Amino acid sequence: MTDANATATLRGGLWDNNPGLVQLLGLCPLLAVSTTLVNGLALGLASLAVMTATSTSSSLLRHWLHPDLRLPVLVLLIASLVTAVDLLFRGWLFELHLELGLFVPLIVTNCVILARAESYAIRVAPAAALADGFAQGLGFAAVLGGLGALRELLGHGSLLQGADRLFGPVAAGWQLQLLPGEHGLLLASLPPGAFFGLALLVALRQRLAQRRRAAAAVPET
Amino acid sequence: MPGIADRRARGLLLLVLLGIVAAAGLSWLQAQTAQRVREHEARLLLERLREVLPPPERFDNQPALDRLLLTDPRLGSERALPVYRVRRNGRPVAAVLTVVASGYVDEIRLLVGIDAGGQLIGVRAIRHRETPGLGDGIDARRSDWIRQFAGHGAGAGLALRRDGGDIDQLSGATITSRAVVKAVRAALAVFAERRAELFASTAGSDGLESPP
Repeated sequence: MTDANATATLRGGLWDNNPGLVQLLGLCPLLAVSTTLVNGLALGLASLAVMTATSTSSSLLRHWLHPDLRLPVLVLLIASLVTAVDLLFRGWLFELHLELGLFVPLIVTNCVILARAESYAIRVAPAAALADGFAQGLGFAAVLGGLGALRELLGHGSLLQGADRLFGPVAAGWQLQLLPGEHGLLLASLPPGAFFGLALLVALRQRLAQRRRAAAAVPET
Repeated sequence: MPGIADRRARGLLLLVLLGIVAAAGLSWLQAQTAQRVREHEARLLLERLREVLPPPERFDNQPALDRLLLTDPRLGSERALPVYRVRRNGRPVAAVLTVVASGYVDEIRLLVGIDAGGQLIGVRAIRHRETPGLGDGIDARRSDWIRQFAGHGAGAGLALRRDGGDIDQLSGATITSRAVVKAVRAALAVFAERRAELFASTAGSDGLESPP
């Protein structure tokens, strides 16, 4: 795998083919958990770990997969990896697990994971699959974190609330109060705020992409 | 290249092997984490209890272990709820009751610390899903609202101001505030009525049913 390929893969996950903003996959956890930056980031990192592991292992097993049995094998693989991540979360990030609750095990229903394993990872070598899983997971985590930051800032006026639950006692003082929290925009913290926030992010990405395309076209005139 | 039947057999073998490996791996991981999870749960319970217990010099037992399961529909649930007893030299000092209030969104689970004289030591919401920014002010991490219960008894003062008492309500969350007050009153009533019974049994007892 060349450097150019790796860059293209990373760019695909983060921008050109971002799971949250372009493919619009995995929206259920994306919308439910993105109430604060820390919550979003935590589920994003868990999804990142699952996606990287799933893509790599499905690529390793690709010569053994029979078309008829491909789906059951991949589902079993994803379910086991998610259960493992859930157990690790409960053991080491207990308080965060209480807050994210059901959404850690629900990573299993995130269609981005199965989609990347099925449509890409089982057709390529492990290194490329690993890079793709990582890039897609990173793109998903970035959207989760970004949406969480946006909603936390608008709703509570803060960033990194509860950081110690993800990063340990070191992070106890990391919370930034950027705006007075008393009169935050309540809507941002409520479920509809997630839809508005995601729509804004999608629109912003589209605008930037359009502008870039327009800039690329200018020299011809 | 193996034949078609061969490939299918290999695929099937993979599925079976993967199932076995996954089951074994996950059971191992669960065994590894089970102890940590129990420790976390015990620590969390202790932290939560500490806020509704009397000062440590006033008791000498371990309330988290001196647990009793109490079934009384007035506490907001048909199921048994834990009561933690606080004693000194075996004599009752206080009790921490678990009460369920019906909040605006969902049930609110409260720990209510009551001293032997029937006064509130403190109240804390341990589980709730109230509206962020409004009803979630019952959470001590979000606002000081719930701390105003400390020192109250079962008298007329234990009601919202608009209901003639002296508890300030959370602005914009009348239903939540009222539900918490009601549940705290219920805890005090149950404590007053069943006090002797609550402290009579020793640690590890099976629990009390509601009076007939």
